[in-house]
Amino acid sequence: MRITKRIALAISAIAFAASIGAAGAQEQVVRIGTEGAYPPFNNLTADGKLEGFDIDIANALCEEMKVKCEFVTQDWDGMIPALQAGKFDAIIASMSITDERKKKVDFTNKYYNTPPAIVAPKDTDIKGVTKEDLAGKTLGVATSTTHYNYSEKTYTDSEIKGYPSSQEFLLDLANGRLDAANDDISVIEEWLKTPDGQCCKIVGAVKPVPEIHGPGAGIAIRKGETELADKFNAAIDAIRKNGKYKQINDKYFTYDVYGGES
Amino acid sequence: MPSKWTLLSWGPEGWLDDIFQGVFITVSLAAATLPLGLAIGFFVALAKKSEEPSLKLAGDIYTTIFRGLPELLTLFLVYYGAQIGLQNVIRLFRPEASVEVNSFVSGMVALGVVFSSYASEVFLSAFRAIPRGQYEGGYSIGLSRGQTMRLVIMPQLIRVALPGLANLWLILLKDTALVSAIGLSDILRQSGIAARVTREAFLFFGVASLLYLVLAIISSVGIRAVERAVSQSEAR
Amino acid sequence: MTMAQSAVAEAPPPPVRRWTRQRIVGHALVGLWALAGLGLVYFLISGWNPPLFERWAPAYLSGLGVTLKLVLISSVVGALLSLPVAYARMSRNRFLSALAYGYVYFFRGTPLLAQTFLIYYGLGSFRPQLQAVGLWDFFREGFNCAVLAFSLNTAAYQAEILRGAIQSVPRGQWEAGAALGLHRLQILRKIILPQALIVALRPYGNEIILMIKASAIVALVTVLDLMGQTRLAFSRSFDYQTYIWAALIYLALVESLRHGVEWIERRITRHLIR
Repeated sequence: MRITKRIALAISAIAFAASIGAAGAQEQVVRIGTEGAYPPFNNLTADGKLEGFDIDIANALCEEMKVKCEFVTQDWDGMIPALQAGKFDAIIASMSITDERKKKVDFTNKYYNTPPAIVAPKDTDIKGVTKEDLAGKTLGVATSTTHYNYSEKTYTDSEIKGYPSSQEFLLDLANGRLDAANDDISVIEEWLKTPDGQCCKIVGAVKPVPEIHGPGAGIAIRKGETELADKFNAAIDAIRKNGKYKQINDKYFTYDVYGGES
Repeated sequence: MPSKWTLLSWGPEGWLDDIFQGVFITVSLAAATLPLGLAIGFFVALAKKSEEPSLKLAGDIYTTIFRGLPELLTLFLVYYGAQIGLQNVIRLFRPEASVEVNSFVSGMVALGVVFSSYASEVFLSAFRAIPRGQYEGGYSIGLSRGQTMRLVIMPQLIRVALPGLANLWLILLKDTALVSAIGLSDILRQSGIAARVTREAFLFFGVASLLYLVLAIISSVGIRAVERAVSQSEAR
Repeated sequence: MTMAQSAVAEAPPPPVRRWTRQRIVGHALVGLWALAGLGLVYFLISGWNPPLFERWAPAYLSGLGVTLKLVLISSVVGALLSLPVAYARMSRNRFLSALAYGYVYFFRGTPLLAQTFLIYYGLGSFRPQLQAVGLWDFFREGFNCAVLAFSLNTAAYQAEILRGAIQSVPRGQWEAGAALGLHRLQILRKIILPQALIVALRPYGNEIILMIKASAIVALVTVLDLMGQTRLAFSRSFDYQTYIWAALIYLALVESLRHGVEWIERRITRHLIR
């Protein structure tokens, strides 16, 4: 029948549009998912290039592993589903290693660990970072982050507003929609250097809670792909030892972001 | 602080080139979705006007689902679900294979099914506007079912359905903005990045809106030309 | 789909219906749908996770409440706004009608998502000016910005629905009213609107349905509507079920509204059927 034949044609056309490839041992390309909205760790420049600590670390690791890195940008919310769905092979996007995430993906060892902090306008009356200090305030956090989980649990007397990425709530903090925001201290420090960041200051660092914040940021890979995880771990150790890590660290930070040995 | 004109210039300092890449993505997504949506919509309409109850039921279920779900949700369902589903199916045959449904294809499929469920309604009412006598006339001069459909019904159908389909095209153009949420660099996403980086949110979202408006105006001009062409061929 | 199965089962035994191609294709397609429905049910049952459900059920309910509140407020405000717009659109005053045309064209020609961003982030960057006129408290809230964007947007659509409906009433009705010595407003209220609203009911219903579906985008400007809660639930659990639940809720909402509108339409057009 003509109609069914045409439907079949249409369906096969769609199937072709989705490329089918075999990921075998001869493949030397590792696709890395990252966000591109989290300076100084990963960010998109005006001409659409990726830059930042995560990107440099990823390139150094790939060089160490003798594979070719290909970057894929992906919104934060869809990062883990996209990894599971095979849109890329590893996430190098400052993703904290948490038990919640470990149920869905595997992690390498950490590649850095910096504490979270609270940022607020310079004229703020917020004195500290406890639940009482922030009672009745509006707090901006990126959803699907450890910071959101922490804020939701800790600041139960505050109004928590969830944003798709850090960039949006920092914009809203500068606009004055928010009384404070919670994010990684290095990200906040980087932002405070920008013209917009002039409005604000760091109120204080939050003491990380191991059950929520985990041991630091790691590289996420699909469950069970231990071979890739081992390769990444070996590469992390190697660049820590050969000075490559320190070189990248010093390009972005004045202090050591790796944190203590865990 | 660079001036607004620098921000809107072409090149590494400005964002205009990036935003125009977005225009290209938006237009090609809409253009790729249109034939898919029209084809599915036409067949669904055929099913719904059929006298066979099971065909009708299948068509009705289709439109109920895809007209009832928010477009954004359909997009997420396709983007995450189709990938996982396809992957599982393909692994049944070739365990080592991996499929990639990129965000462009996801957007095309999601917008296509939404478009087709509305288009099927447009086609259906156009079918109803064509008198039975037209089919009978076709058969009586010895045309087959397919020929009658192609030579007699279709030309009239297109003319009747055109205004409705034109409207759906305009809706489709606007719906493409949703793909920015699954990471496709369309007009809205590119402007959003520009707004975020430069802190000129009003400027860039304003520019994005104007670009959609320009696309709509160009479409209206195009649609009018097509309508004129169709009605002229009718007059002759 | 269980509905599909029961419909097939309840059909009376066909007398001597032949298995035409159409029938085979039709049954195959319904079978496919039934299979997809069963697959979905299986997926939901096999992955059933009581703690997840208990954790998120109240959140989904509150999200649903936010969605409904947003749509309700916006459609009422939009309906009020649409009156002057529709009036201006039909006015003989060139300037007025051009202005209204521009308004309608802008809001119908650009994506609602872009309009929402324009109001939330765009106007949000004019805080000093807004504070000076005392409007900042309003614009501070994502929900208010969404209501504003949705109201302005639906006002444009509703104005066109209203205009179309009023113009669908034959001119003779106006003239007959005038011949009876009625005032224009009286004619509008007593003769034209009752007829126009019958025509407008279905488009109005569709507009509300479109708004419910479109409201999913407010999740992108920090409003925790049904979609917002769904995204949150998904981002915490990475369980695909969370999206399926939302899909079922939206579907049920839209379907019941659609049937409601059809029911009202049947009731108010009873006098026209005879």
